[in-house]
Amino acid sequence: MAGLRARRARRQRAFRWAVLLVLGVFFLLPLVAMVEFTTRDGGGTWRLLADWPRLSETYPDLSAGVVASLGQAALTSLLMLVLLVPTAIWVRIRLPWLRRFVEFICLLPLTIPAIVLVVGLAPVYAWVTYFLGGSSLTLTFAYTILVLPYAYRAIDAGLSAIDVRTLAEAARSLGAGWATVMWRVVLPNIRSAVLSAAFLTVALVLGEFTIASLLNRTNVQVAINFLGKSSATMSVAVSLAALLLAFVLLLLLSLLGGRRRDGSEVAPLSTAKESA
Amino acid sequence: MNESGVAVRLKDLHKTFGSTHALDGLDLTLEPGELIALLGPSGCGKTTALRVLAGLEDADAGQVLVDGKDVTALPANRRDMGMVFQAYSLFPHLTALANVEFGLRLRGRPRPVGRAAEMLELVGLAEFAGRYPHQLSGGQQQRVALARALAIRPQVLLLDEPLSALDAKVRVQLRDEIKRIQTEVGTTTLFVTHDQEEALAMADRVGVMRAGRIEQLASPADVYQKPATAFVADFVGLSNRLPGRLEGDGVTVLGTRLPLVSPAGAGPDVTALVRPESVDVRPDSDGPGRVLAASFLGPTSRVTVEVGDQLVVAQVTGGRLAELPVGAPVRVEIRPVPVALDTGA
Repeated sequence: MAGLRARRARRQRAFRWAVLLVLGVFFLLPLVAMVEFTTRDGGGTWRLLADWPRLSETYPDLSAGVVASLGQAALTSLLMLVLLVPTAIWVRIRLPWLRRFVEFICLLPLTIPAIVLVVGLAPVYAWVTYFLGGSSLTLTFAYTILVLPYAYRAIDAGLSAIDVRTLAEAARSLGAGWATVMWRVVLPNIRSAVLSAAFLTVALVLGEFTIASLLNRTNVQVAINFLGKSSATMSVAVSLAALLLAFVLLLLLSLLGGRRRDGSEVAPLSTAKESA
Repeated sequence: MNESGVAVRLKDLHKTFGSTHALDGLDLTLEPGELIALLGPSGCGKTTALRVLAGLEDADAGQVLVDGKDVTALPANRRDMGMVFQAYSLFPHLTALANVEFGLRLRGRPRPVGRAAEMLELVGLAEFAGRYPHQLSGGQQQRVALARALAIRPQVLLLDEPLSALDAKVRVQLRDEIKRIQTEVGTTTLFVTHDQEEALAMADRVGVMRAGRIEQLASPADVYQKPATAFVADFVGLSNRLPGRLEGDGVTVLGTRLPLVSPAGAGPDVTALVRPESVDVRPDSDGPGRVLAASFLGPTSRVTVEVGDQLVVAQVTGGRLAELPVGAPVRVEIRPVPVALDTGA
């Protein structure tokens, strides 16, 4: 009986390792190939990528794309937070009956393909260009819609983890106005959720191609696409760098999610002295 | 009673949620420094009354007067009331000390740290000042919440079932402590609970609520011993519902004539509400009753006796359980204390 169990455990372990190996090869092989391809010149491509002034001089379109993408990521994060955080808090505290509706609206962009979104956005962007010019930073508006599902989920999860209503009422009874309730009571308690939403936004914006390309704006992905026609090595190196940046951001996100609040290591609840 | 408190008046308050009348013309006056407990079953409107006084709900009609001033239209943050909630409400990102300081800093009070430390001292948690809420037990959190509410020297203190999430032993300790602190600081206090023992132990007066109105507002002793209505008698403490016959200004139950807490309107056959502690049970081989069940409750015991087709519950001292085994013949006597009649209202 024990031998049978040991054999089964061995088989299961072997199966797990086999699955891990196949998946590992499937995901890592293209990345390894990218590294190999971009280092054939002895690392010159990576040295150029790390030298910003020289890169800007050699590939001005690429550097413009990188700058545009960073600006779009920053502005989109800001606009998303300004729009979504107060709305989500207000709905929780004062308009709980609207919660399902707001959730539906925020999740809607997930169901619309980017290409369809562009068809709808194109006439709107004619007006945006008319009023604000054709800067690539105007993509911020489209990207804010695009990131809503992910950002809303992150912020809503943060709000679900605390009793927002009771905290708000406690603060109100102590003399806090609504702005103080949001800024000094709710926001500090959903800080990691807000950071998650911001990281997801940055990762999403840095990887976006379709909308920028179809609306004739530039960003890093559009630049990589153009670059691929003239310098395959550099375009692959930049793609890999963007991928690594997104990976680091997601790693930071999961680290933040797993981290306990300050001071939790002082004493767990079960050992706290009960003197009540 | 401390004279530093203010008078509070809830005047003809109405509040509906959909088709439910949570408050139906509620009138209540709190004297300065007084602690009134609102007691009642779930959905009777007691928490709504407290939330309307706090400014967290708007009344459909009626007035809230604090120290003679109409505060009905004032938002919660400008009402100058401290509140302790049923759910743990400490701000998780702040230490105990910072939680207590919160209201003081908002009000721009001088020496907020010193005052906050004093308040933590008052609730016996000075050494826990640097701890975060998740490092405190439930009882400690509620004491910090009490310190936070009192730190701002509110005109009125509101307690919304602050002990209901705690275990039994901590609840008893904390309720005594809240009463001590309330007496010490003299803040007019409205306390909402569904726990009758808590209400009777802590309050100067108890208001028993039913369907958005106060059924009886009286001292704990009067609410218990002289319930104004059958609902109060039934809700506060245990009551036997025994058939009786009205005779003049009293009622005869199981052969004993009992005075009435209020004049009877109907008759002559009525149902009297008799407390178990007013019933005595003695072993008697010729007695008409028979012990059906007996439970040991520590200092007291509860004995259920069958007399004819009637069940009577009696409360006796714990030690007497041995002389009243199940099946033993007994005699039942009722002490002539005032009783209420069940009018079916």
